[in-house]
Amino acid sequence: MSYSYTLLILLLPVLMFLFIGLTGNKMKPEVSGILGTTGLFIITLLSYFTAFYYFGHRSGESFQTIEAYNFLWLQFTGTLIINIGILLDPLSVMMLVVITTVSLMVHIYSLGYMKGEKGFARYYAFLSLFTFSMLGLVLATNIFQMYIFWELVGVSSYLLIGFYYERPTAVAAAKKAFIVTRFADLGFLIGILLLSFYTNTFNFIALTDLNGLAIAQPTTAVFMGLSVTTWAMLLIFMGGAGKSAMFPLHIWLPDAMEGPTPVSALIHAATMVVAGVYLVARLFPVYSFTAPESLEIIAYIGSFTSLFAAVIACTQLDIKRVLAFSTLSQIGYMMVALGVSGYGAEGLGYMASLFHLFTHAFFKALLFLGAGSVIHAVHSNLMTDMGGLRKYMPITHITFLIACLTIAGIPPLSGFFSKDEILVAAFEHNKIIFAVQWIVAGITAFYMFRLYFNIFWNRTPEYHHAPHESPVTMTIPLIILAAASIFAGFVPFHDLVTSDGNPLHTEFHAFIAVPSIAIAVVGIILAAMLYYRKNSKPETIAKTLKGLYALAFHKFYIDEVYLFITHKVIFNFISRPVAWFDRHIVDGTMNLIGNATVSASGSIKKMQSGQVQWYIWYFTSGVLLLVFLILYLTY
Amino acid sequence: MNLQAEIPLDYMIVLGTIVFFVGLMGVLIRRNLITMLMGIELMLNAVNINFVAFNHYLFPNRLEGHFFALIVMAIAAAEAAIAIALIINIYRQFNTVSVDDVDELKY
Repeated sequence: MSYSYTLLILLLPVLMFLFIGLTGNKMKPEVSGILGTTGLFIITLLSYFTAFYYFGHRSGESFQTIEAYNFLWLQFTGTLIINIGILLDPLSVMMLVVITTVSLMVHIYSLGYMKGEKGFARYYAFLSLFTFSMLGLVLATNIFQMYIFWELVGVSSYLLIGFYYERPTAVAAAKKAFIVTRFADLGFLIGILLLSFYTNTFNFIALTDLNGLAIAQPTTAVFMGLSVTTWAMLLIFMGGAGKSAMFPLHIWLPDAMEGPTPVSALIHAATMVVAGVYLVARLFPVYSFTAPESLEIIAYIGSFTSLFAAVIACTQLDIKRVLAFSTLSQIGYMMVALGVSGYGAEGLGYMASLFHLFTHAFFKALLFLGAGSVIHAVHSNLMTDMGGLRKYMPITHITFLIACLTIAGIPPLSGFFSKDEILVAAFEHNKIIFAVQWIVAGITAFYMFRLYFNIFWNRTPEYHHAPHESPVTMTIPLIILAAASIFAGFVPFHDLVTSDGNPLHTEFHAFIAVPSIAIAVVGIILAAMLYYRKNSKPETIAKTLKGLYALAFHKFYIDEVYLFITHKVIFNFISRPVAWFDRHIVDGTMNLIGNATVSASGSIKKMQSGQVQWYIWYFTSGVLLLVFLILYLTY
Repeated sequence: MNLQAEIPLDYMIVLGTIVFFVGLMGVLIRRNLITMLMGIELMLNAVNINFVAFNHYLFPNRLEGHFFALIVMAIAAAEAAIAIALIINIYRQFNTVSVDDVDELKY
């Protein structure tokens, strides 16, 4: 069967975006919402169909890589050709399922959550744009197409973070997100150019072909001790680190929580922020064979980010920020898994990383949507304004609890399986990273249950009006996502998505699973002790660890460091001198020319007096002068 | 009567020059538009003197100088008619014939 219908998966959302974007003002808000949701529902069905068909029809052991479409878009020279197409392989089909599922849930959820908001149609138009860009990104056949959609994703993220454009903080957050990721994308672009310069291709199939130019004959050029390919791959990873908010480019993600909560669930938890993981996974053979050093670096960055973000998450009071840092931490896990992975039979980490991406998308979207439901009821983001909500919001409570247990890694929920695979992969490769990830698993359980107990148990504050359960459009996605979080772990992932397309043999390691469950349980019990009831222990601990607590509460002052670097160092030492040069030297030259002309004309403009006799006088004097001159020259 | 014997060409040229510069001074110094017009007529007549004189003294058998003098007279008459018409219009516009007050063209 041909996969030509897959073009619809890309075309429908962009048509939806144009239609809702252009006519959204004319129609009732509900219509645009239902229209967008229906469109996405069709796309979701198509994606599921593709996934079932694709995974159902393997040729022999492994899966084929299919280019459903690949047409010429721009031809500059004989070799510099940019195509646009649709690539189907286990990785992209898996991402297709994740993106459409989460996006559909968010579309449905937003019908309730965004009800009555100004710009409801605009919101749905942007959601469609985002879905289009994200699908284009994962279906890209070549790295340049990916880059184009990568930027489109950034734009739609910018638009959605800044959705409440009347709030200055939202505008600032949108700008921050865009500038930080754009800065990282500069590295991505340079990396693409370097890589394609040495391999003469943008195409993923050609790049990741084991006998292809990129892997079989890597360039011997060396720059500063590392091969140029390693540099290229590191620069490409820089783009991925920007999108996936890896340290030190993570600063935009917590601020991005200024956007509407469903947007945070879709873009800043489940789909866009894992684009960096997807990117590394997409180019994984190149990383694995020609740039193993960069994989080491990726592993360390991921590990550090996951620890760093988990510590910060323990101190934050804004529930969405807790979740944001939790996202950072979990993406760190995925990066670690990719970093410690080998290719083919040793590709456990690769599989684990994408498995975690898969499960994380569901439970993190669920967490965000649950948090949105709570915020919807309480009208506040701060956990100090919450408490005792289990009585008021039973469905939100149960689904949130499931999500918390999932992320904490309690079997048989999905998070346990994927996190366990990551820990196994890390253990086989690097014991230090394993230890860090193991501790992070405990911290994760702790901060998630701190959040849970603070929202649903603890002291019940005085609510202005009693919180009530969210409407059915919001609870249904919660229930579906909760079901997905529970059962996603049973997907035979090692059979489907692997680094070389062949099924991977995995085994259960009790000596890793048991300690990881144990530390998760310890984290949960600790959180229960501190936050189950209102007590003074948390404050006492915060006081004891005063310096550390303040440090973590202020996110280790990374934002301040950035502000210092940009405002003090770059502005003062680069921007201001350049501005001075521009204002005084460049503008000065121009002003000098202008002023000279003005003063010259000012001094001679009196000749144009309008007095005819003066004109005659000048004319006559000129003639006489000429006459005398000619006489003088001729005699 | 032999004019050449009695009055040399130099006298004629000097006369033409004197008349020309009297006319020029009239144009340059007098403020009244009509007087300036008279100055211009004087300059044209100075030219006529030169034409006729050179024709007479240097090429007695030819007539081009005379013709030119006649043409200049005709032109001068036409010019005077136009100039006076202009001056009348200027007078109607500005209520003056002083050239100092007619400097609108600089704008």
